[in-house]
Amino acid sequence: MSAGGITAEPPVIAAPPPSGEPGRLSRYVAGAIFLAPALALLAVWMVYPAVYTIIRSFFGQSGYLGHWVAFDNYRHLFTTSTLTTAIKNNAIWVAVVPAFVTAIGLIFAVLTERVRWSVAFKTVVFLPMAISAFATGVTWRIMYQQDPNQGAINALGRSIKGVVSPAGVLPNALPSTPSILSSPNGSLVLKTPLAPGGRALLGLTGIAPDAVPKGGVQAVDPPQKSGDIVGVVWRDFKPGGGKPGVVEKGELGLPGVTVQLRNAAGKTVQSTSTKPNGTFDFAKVPSGSYQAAVGSQTFAKPWGGFSWLGPSLITPALLIAYIWIWAGFAMVVIGAGLAAMPRDVLEAARTDGASEWQVFRRVTVPLLAPVLSVVFITMIINVLKVFDLVIALAPESVQSNANVIALAMWRTAFGGTNDFGTGSAIAVFLFLLVIPVLALNIRRFKRDV
Amino acid sequence: MAATAAVELPAPRDKVAARVLRAVAKAPIHLVLVVLGALWIVPTVGLFITSILPASALASKGWWQIFSKPSIATWANYDAMFHNHGLIGALKTTAYIAIGNTLLVVVLGAMAGYAFAWLDFPGRDWLFIGVIGLLVVPLQMALIPMFRLYDSLSLYDTVFGIILFHVAFGLPFAIFLLRNFFIGLPKDILESARIDGASEIVIFVRLILPLGLPAIASLAIFQFLWTWNDLIVALTFGQNTQPITVWIFGQLREFGTSIDVIAPASFISLVVPLAVFFGFQRYFVQGLLAGSVK
Repeated sequence: MSAGGITAEPPVIAAPPPSGEPGRLSRYVAGAIFLAPALALLAVWMVYPAVYTIIRSFFGQSGYLGHWVAFDNYRHLFTTSTLTTAIKNNAIWVAVVPAFVTAIGLIFAVLTERVRWSVAFKTVVFLPMAISAFATGVTWRIMYQQDPNQGAINALGRSIKGVVSPAGVLPNALPSTPSILSSPNGSLVLKTPLAPGGRALLGLTGIAPDAVPKGGVQAVDPPQKSGDIVGVVWRDFKPGGGKPGVVEKGELGLPGVTVQLRNAAGKTVQSTSTKPNGTFDFAKVPSGSYQAAVGSQTFAKPWGGFSWLGPSLITPALLIAYIWIWAGFAMVVIGAGLAAMPRDVLEAARTDGASEWQVFRRVTVPLLAPVLSVVFITMIINVLKVFDLVIALAPESVQSNANVIALAMWRTAFGGTNDFGTGSAIAVFLFLLVIPVLALNIRRFKRDV
Repeated sequence: MAATAAVELPAPRDKVAARVLRAVAKAPIHLVLVVLGALWIVPTVGLFITSILPASALASKGWWQIFSKPSIATWANYDAMFHNHGLIGALKTTAYIAIGNTLLVVVLGAMAGYAFAWLDFPGRDWLFIGVIGLLVVPLQMALIPMFRLYDSLSLYDTVFGIILFHVAFGLPFAIFLLRNFFIGLPKDILESARIDGASEIVIFVRLILPLGLPAIASLAIFQFLWTWNDLIVALTFGQNTQPITVWIFGQLREFGTSIDVIAPASFISLVVPLAVFFGFQRYFVQGLLAGSVK
């Protein structure tokens, strides 16, 4: 902050001209000449349009002015669903982003003060500030792809989820014969009742060749064994089709499949896993009637990923990307404030026995309050005007769900319907929202003068 | 700092031990920062890797497949980009807009900033307050009227029209920044130049501009990046006059199938801002700090 002293605003007013009337006049002229081009541009490109837009907001949809509609356009603002969505979403933005950006910036600024490679870290976090919000939108759209095979965020989610509840070995398998039933909980049950010495043939299809679990070899129809219930789980399909329900040459066993033996009450009494040739063996089964089943965990579908770009998650997705952009800004501004902080106050607190947390909470944060509020207010304005990121990141089909005020204004006025009346009203509404900040700026200037 | 002072007295071996101890104590911070840094760099790296993969590879797998199979990387997408007239034209348009706007804002902003800082005339402070007021006017307030006006002025769909819109909306900040910087320049230098009979033009060109260079550099970088990265102005006031952002925007509808165009074009669009950022980081940060009082 001190470097260059740009923000330093000493209460210096140019001294009144020493004397000499001709000098004063020529200075007026010079002032006019120096100011004229800038003021002319500001008048034509900012003042005139602002006035026009305010007036235009009371007139109908099209034409130079349209017809007088009084406050109808403003009523649309609060009754049309896409516009109320925009206002609601923008309220969420204002509630979430400034707080998060300020907090993250503060944490980053404090943490980086403690390491030597802070420059590298700051550069990396600050980079998104230089990139267009538009390109950032494209970047995050790649990150947010729903298929965990394609979108990095869902890929990360899947690998975390895989630890908690792993996907089954045969997520897409189907029974090969009608004698095998799908039960509601997802397991497959062989209809035919089995007694000790029986044999269960559990043929499955719908398994792509590369989806056969590793180690699968030629399936074997196991010989019956007295006292045991044996069986095989195999890929009941070979090129050309083969005969369903019969283990044939060229058909592979499915290893690692959990097979359950259920008693007449449907309760699992034994559970085992298949061998590379697909066979399994329930040893020493007491007499009775049983059913063989392949457990539902075998068919558990892999996690499909969150639909970040879908209607319900698009706003959180946008908020994350936006915070990612602006965290660097907050970190740098707060870091500058931190660097300018009187070290002796911190040291005094530490010598008095304050813990690091107490120093942070009771000294650092209060001393930084002005800087934090600057960041916070800047973020409120930025968030009210957010446009590029939304239009780039949100697919067109969900833009109504992702709508924000600036985007609603543009879509209303230029997105096909060309409703200049309502568009003007939205622009004025946006302007009204930032006016308190304008008042704040002017007050600060007056105080400084 | 206090810790360093405290371990000054003991023997060197303790010094090493203390240093190791401190390094170990700091390990969690390093670890946290490494993870956070990774979070911040991964999306951009992902964009770059996506841009060097063939579309066929991206149809079923994400960009990180490159780590298991680096040989699929190819410059073919970029090669196609540089033979794409639409994209080359868009890059040129972007450069014209960004450079034209930056020059105009700097010159006009410096002139006005000088007038507000050092030329005394009636109503000066009120005018300046007016300029500060314009700082927060959202550009949405001007889109509709200027859209109509541009039509009658034949400025619609021209580079010049887009530049002028940017200049107008860049000026309040430029004037605010430069006026505040100029007013901090040593008064006696200016006064003695005036007493020596130098005209205001000479003072402006010979004294103010060189002395104000740090602030002007910040401003220029900011303006350049702002217009280079703009979407909304060009989208509204251009149809065939398309800067890179608008050009990519036109491809977004087919995001999945055009990813081999969108990703490299997006990456090209951010190479220039990144170069500017790395080249002038100091000024960029200064401008940001000054601008944050906005």
